Amino acid sequence: MKFFNFHLMPYRHADLDAIERNGSAWVTYSNSHYDPEKGAGLYHEYLDQMELADRLGFDGVCLNEHHQTAYGMMPIPGVLAGALARSVKRAKLAILGRALPLLNNPLMVAEEYAMLDNLTRGRFIAGFVRGIGAEYHAMGINPAHSQDRFAEAHDLIIRAWTEPGPFQYVGKHYHFNYVNPWPRPYQSPHPPIWIPSQGSSSTIRWAAKMRYTYAQTLSPIAIVARFFQMYRDEAEKAGYTPSPDQLAWSNTIYVAETDEQAMREARPHLDALVNRFLKMPTEMLLPPGYSNIDSIKRIRAAKVTGKPTSVDDLVKNGVVIVGSPSTVREKLAAYQDLAGFNTSLTKTQFGTLPDDMTRANMQAIAQEILPHFRDRAPQGAQRAAAE
Amino acid sequence: MEEPNASRADVRGCNIALRRAGAGGPLLILHGASDAGLWLPFVADLATHHDVIAPEHPGFGSSDTPAWLDTIPDLASFYLDLLDQLDLTNVHLVGFDLGGWIAAELAVRNTRRLASLTLVGAAGIHVPGVAQIDPFLRTDERRIRDLFHDPARADDMVKRAARPEFEDIGLKNQTTTARLTWQPRGYDPHLAKWLHRIDVPTLLVWGANDRFFPPEFATAWQKLIPGAKLTVIAQCGHLPHIEQRPAFVAALDDFLDRMRAAA
Repeated sequence: MKFFNFHLMPYRHADLDAIERNGSAWVTYSNSHYDPEKGAGLYHEYLDQMELADRLGFDGVCLNEHHQTAYGMMPIPGVLAGALARSVKRAKLAILGRALPLLNNPLMVAEEYAMLDNLTRGRFIAGFVRGIGAEYHAMGINPAHSQDRFAEAHDLIIRAWTEPGPFQYVGKHYHFNYVNPWPRPYQSPHPPIWIPSQGSSSTIRWAAKMRYTYAQTLSPIAIVARFFQMYRDEAEKAGYTPSPDQLAWSNTIYVAETDEQAMREARPHLDALVNRFLKMPTEMLLPPGYSNIDSIKRIRAAKVTGKPTSVDDLVKNGVVIVGSPSTVREKLAAYQDLAGFNTSLTKTQFGTLPDDMTRANMQAIAQEILPHFRDRAPQGAQRAAAE
Repeated sequence: MEEPNASRADVRGCNIALRRAGAGGPLLILHGASDAGLWLPFVADLATHHDVIAPEHPGFGSSDTPAWLDTIPDLASFYLDLLDQLDLTNVHLVGFDLGGWIAAELAVRNTRRLASLTLVGAAGIHVPGVAQIDPFLRTDERRIRDLFHDPARADDMVKRAARPEFEDIGLKNQTTTARLTWQPRGYDPHLAKWLHRIDVPTLLVWGANDRFFPPEFATAWQKLIPGAKLTVIAQCGHLPHIEQRPAFVAALDDFLDRMRAAA
């Protein structure tokens, strides 16, 4: 299994009570709560952690994009990827991903990603997402155009990378007389493409058909297993058998000496992540048109945004893995076999977790977990397990 | 008056629901984001002396959602097609909320078939510095209650919106509303430039307590449309035709009567 150090770069000094009073850390949580001195410190702290991950033997480091939120301070992830392109010497560098529909000019992502691919001499992984609903409130992009714009931007970027320029592009949302980006990507035909999603069936079907790596965000492992089986089924329908490398599980791992100590230490920081940084009202998460009506009804019925999430449930349901080295190894192996993935996108920092604890966690994962999974592939019949 | 059966109209391949009732001169009602598909009591009032035509916009209620539907001007052109197809003349055009925006876009393009224009709590223009409610960051119930000056008046609409059989239609209406009005939020920066072209008698009816489009919007419309008359209704939110129905119907009748007298 491959391990990536996935960072959300939260503004971990946020006033959690103020977030609770506001109802969300997104869109309407005033940036007057942002202290530039503290924020600048956090950028350097988090970049240092990414460089540490490289030295510790993680296979890659991951950035992502969110706007107008204390949940993550990476509205323009390319800035941070640029900072890491030369200081992360060995590991892959992934942006998972840029939110294509938010862009009025997707060619800028074709350019940005090609630059990063050149700077890293081919260690770059290109993630494409639609962005969550809150992004459409924050960036003034019509959610009813989200799916169309994603499809069109994706096609334009792939063509820009693979067809000799200049050529003309005429779409519904994007129009260019000259598509001819310099530089071209370093990897041929282009960087690997990864598609993170909350589990939309149309996204899973599309990613499988395109042979893109599918990354499942924050979900109970039983649901992850179901989505990954859906991917394998869709790949078979598309005429090929996918490799477990095409499935990536986005998780959170915290390791300490004992289960009890690990739970005690991780609890307040996980609680901050799921019950403060991640919370938002349904109308912010799901603006009209962002998903088709059936999906919106399903998500509304599940009331995913309303109820508090207990840390114990997160652990019990396998959304996160917290424990002693042996507990974490056992659970991760069981989950790998259950769901059939071969990439772990692991948040080693989460919520309000401070630097010293994050670094200790990273060291523990590097020493106690990584070596045991280096050559381990999913075992057993995943189909049976997923059912 | 009994609620007429919903009939259908097909305009260049787009099939819509359309109710029509009453006798008199034609009066075309363009509904807003929150009252699609309702045969409201005020419509029955008007049907006693008008030939009332109340369609559901493409993308709303039980009407088709055509592939060409992207903007409010698309709907303005669609309704010009409908007026041609029904061959209506001397039409009193009455638009509410986003229906008012459609009506204004239509009148800017072509008033050949119009006798008058009435805009009620209309979207479509921007007025700097006036605080507005964001309808997309509200729960359904909160949004409906905020439509009224007296939130208790919203009970019927809240109950109706919560009915499971209405969920699909409600989501469809919201999706189309987002498609048409999300960005810029509820206006077209190019519309205000051409409102001077409207050359039929125009009435603006506004709730004094409208929080979606506060009365400053009415004043701005009045400056932009030559000779427009304004009636502000007291104790009234965004839906004068529901919250202050008698006052609304009286304002519209009075406007149309004076027009007839002047002609």
